Amino acid sequence: MILTDFTIAGASEALRDKTFSARELTQAHIDAVEKLNPRLNAFITFTPDLAARQADAADAAIAAGKAGPLAGIPLAIKDLFCTEGVRTTAGSKILENFVPPYESTVSANLLRDGAVFLGKANLDEFAMGSSNMTSAFGVVENPWKRRHSDAALVPGGSSGGSAAAVSARIAMGATGTDTGGSIRQPAAFCGLAGIKPTYGRCSRWGVVAFASSLDQPGPFARTVRDCAILLSSMAGFDAKDSTSVNLPVPDFEAACHRGVKGLRIGVPLEYRNDNMPAEIETLWRRGLGWLRDSGAEIVDVSLPHTKYGLATYYIVAPAEASSNLARYDGVRFGLRQEGGHDLTDLYETTRAAGFGAEVKRRIMIGTYVLSAGYYDAYYLRAQKIRALILRDFTDAFAKVDALLTPTAPSAAFAQGEKMDDPVAMYLNDIFTVPASMAGVPAMSVPAGLDAQGLPLGLQVIGRPYDEETVFAVAQVMEDAAGFSACPSVIAGGRA
Amino acid sequence: MPLGDRGGARVSYTIEGSTGTWEIVCGLEVHAQVISKSKLFSGAATDFGAEPNTQVSFVDAAFPGMLPVLNGECVAQAVRTGLGLNAQINLMSRFDRKNYFYADLPSGYQISQFEHPIVGRGEVEIELADGSTRQIGVTRLHLEQDAGKSLHDQDPARSFIDLNRCGVALMEIVSEPDIRSPEEAGAYLRKLRIVLRYLGTCDGNMDEGSMRADVNVSVRHAGEPFRTRCEVKNVNSVRFVMQAIEAEARRQVEIWESGGEVVQETRLFDPARGETRSMRSKEDAHDYRYFPDPDLLPLVLEQGWVEALKASLPELPDAKRARFMRDFGLPQYDAGVLVAEQAVADFYETVAKGRDPRLAANWVTGDFFAALNRTGTTIETTPVSAQNLGGLLDLMADATINGRIAKDVFEAMVETGASALQIVEERELRQVTDTGAIDAAVELVLAANPDKLAEYKAGKEKLFGFFVGQVMKAMAGKGNPALVNEAIKKRLGVA
Repeated sequence: MILTDFTIAGASEALRDKTFSARELTQAHIDAVEKLNPRLNAFITFTPDLAARQADAADAAIAAGKAGPLAGIPLAIKDLFCTEGVRTTAGSKILENFVPPYESTVSANLLRDGAVFLGKANLDEFAMGSSNMTSAFGVVENPWKRRHSDAALVPGGSSGGSAAAVSARIAMGATGTDTGGSIRQPAAFCGLAGIKPTYGRCSRWGVVAFASSLDQPGPFARTVRDCAILLSSMAGFDAKDSTSVNLPVPDFEAACHRGVKGLRIGVPLEYRNDNMPAEIETLWRRGLGWLRDSGAEIVDVSLPHTKYGLATYYIVAPAEASSNLARYDGVRFGLRQEGGHDLTDLYETTRAAGFGAEVKRRIMIGTYVLSAGYYDAYYLRAQKIRALILRDFTDAFAKVDALLTPTAPSAAFAQGEKMDDPVAMYLNDIFTVPASMAGVPAMSVPAGLDAQGLPLGLQVIGRPYDEETVFAVAQVMEDAAGFSACPSVIAGGRA
Repeated sequence: MPLGDRGGARVSYTIEGSTGTWEIVCGLEVHAQVISKSKLFSGAATDFGAEPNTQVSFVDAAFPGMLPVLNGECVAQAVRTGLGLNAQINLMSRFDRKNYFYADLPSGYQISQFEHPIVGRGEVEIELADGSTRQIGVTRLHLEQDAGKSLHDQDPARSFIDLNRCGVALMEIVSEPDIRSPEEAGAYLRKLRIVLRYLGTCDGNMDEGSMRADVNVSVRHAGEPFRTRCEVKNVNSVRFVMQAIEAEARRQVEIWESGGEVVQETRLFDPARGETRSMRSKEDAHDYRYFPDPDLLPLVLEQGWVEALKASLPELPDAKRARFMRDFGLPQYDAGVLVAEQAVADFYETVAKGRDPRLAANWVTGDFFAALNRTGTTIETTPVSAQNLGGLLDLMADATINGRIAKDVFEAMVETGASALQIVEERELRQVTDTGAIDAAVELVLAANPDKLAEYKAGKEKLFGFFVGQVMKAMAGKGNPALVNEAIKKRLGVA
């Protein structure tokens, strides 16, 4: 019995049956992190002592019959979630030594339900990136390898550490945040299920902000059902986040078993283009076939404005980021570069030393598009197009219950690739960004391997606040795909 | 082109220059600190004068992941103020970020309302020394956050920051350029202050900075369109506002008349020198990069809620003055003095209730105000309660004491805080109405002044007053004046 192979659902059952203890389960993961993290670099901050204590508390709760739904489940927390007393860096040198005196709502919800935190997962700096290459704490290696190649691949981004940790089975699940694809793309690259819920479903309170109107926390796990279990804990109204939605959290786990019989699944025509790799096109068709075979009706739909999605996203997100990141000024917390003559020097030297190149690039873009004389041409127009993108989805969802698309235009690429061309890197988000712009829920499910043996994901997009249908469709896909391949780097001593 | 001038020909204040007569065009932006227990977007307290940095939440200090939550009471206060200014209440308004770097602005942006303020057009009626009234247009009122305070005088090398004020709610009340003289500006500010105090939405305390004004000034020849204006920032008393307008207008006249051109810029008023000086020019002006705050939803009010606030507004000074004139028969001036402060108006109404309202007004604005001035007390701290002053009037009305004694009793009330009746009893000041005692006193006086009696009888009738005075003196002032007069007349055989 390899404890790190368990799913969250399976482990919870075994813990309640006393098949093994939470401490044993956590220790297996601690050992796995110690063994594999030096190579993967999935964790920026590893907290084994804290995890052991939390596991003991979980065992006590289980013994007392008061265990929460996640009692004893070891998780990785993206280092964008503030954790009380545990350093939170956002992958940036500017927050290198920042220890928050508060716990984010989402991580607090997980702790409430008994979860064990192994540590803080690596990410692109301030969640800006699609490869985890922009982290100030080093690149993360994707546990998957191309056949006959030892080249280190990227896990995707920005939640690359979270995805790598769950994929390599050194954590059972992880939190991520998704602004333009930062959960779905790494989930696809690492062969995981990952959902970006509806904007407002999970509280942003205590999550270091990148682009406030887009940022949305969500879970990674190795199964759709595990994602549902994690999201049930993470989600919920929070009066401290004005954009949080005051709706009850449905039983997502139950929704996984609904099936797709009678559902209408839309295929957005605009997602098809001549540049799409044949493998991805084939996988997409296969996915549609599974759904058809399970009783769904496949319907062509049009999302005419999605072609502007990426361009629009790269105006809106940097604009908000340029403002959100103004607070990192060396005055109250985080890095401070002394030695200047005045306040402006302090700002300039601190921010020059503290931010990496990609963050600086986006601050510059954001500052530019909000500047007098450019605001109307860029930011205002982008907001108008964003409204049109949302309308596209609203129109489509009048005809269908969910959409199916590829998650990313390729499988994981090698570390160092696409680094000299930011726009090529931005193209990773082409399929994920529209759902972010519209705020609708979207989930990536592993659907197969490419010719080189790397996982590929398909994306299920649902109506606002209808994660239940997304889970139902994703579960059917997962069952049909029978995805059982394992990465090369994996806990438990294989490979 | 419309001149935007609502005042027309009525310009009494002018500056005589060598090239002709100049008039002033002025508009005020008043920042009024909202009375509320907690800040606009955080739960931190707002008390003035607390130890530095003791009223600061993580939201105020812009810690990572912190989010603003709008304080409903501040919204209600803004709406009350809008209603009090007879202004349009905008049921949909929005919060924007105004981005700039400064050490006392932790987030690097101020949350304000740029495009969609909560209150639109309104009007303030001002009254000038000659008794004439004018309407000054209010362009808008919006809610915004105050910044913290930079303390540059605590240390030779460093500046300190106090964030207590950071995030406190301000109402920015912007007037139309309708003001044409320093006097009008003063009257507008005073009127605004009275209305805000009545509404309980701002204490109007300019010393503590809870009301500050930015003054926009330009000059022109009568009938011309507006010329370039300058903004004099952060003027903190009514007197200084009036002085700043005058100084700035004179400066501009001199520039124009010497062939120069007034440059649009931000200036500061130096009260010690009585002049304004340049702070920053238009070229150095910030590009604030306003954009809608993505952390906050649009603010949507319900008409019914606004109506309920309207129904609960207190009687405002204009209405109260009209009622005092109508119901109490007070002259406009007296009524105006009495309504200038709500506490005074309440005091007066208590004194006047069931009594002679004009006599009550004379006592309140006369002896009572004089006593406040003399003893350095206020309506809140004076030992003389409205009930007790009313009691004094009652003792005069029922002839327990005469008007002369009343003055002495009042002085004793100011000293001791005791009731009029108590003082009258203790000091045996009851008026003597016993005609036997009065007749005896008359006899005594006439006997003591045979020469005066002879002169009187010889026709020097104005000595009658002398006898009255002597009798009153003999009776220690306690004689009933009417009865004393009557007794002397009878004794002297006057018809």
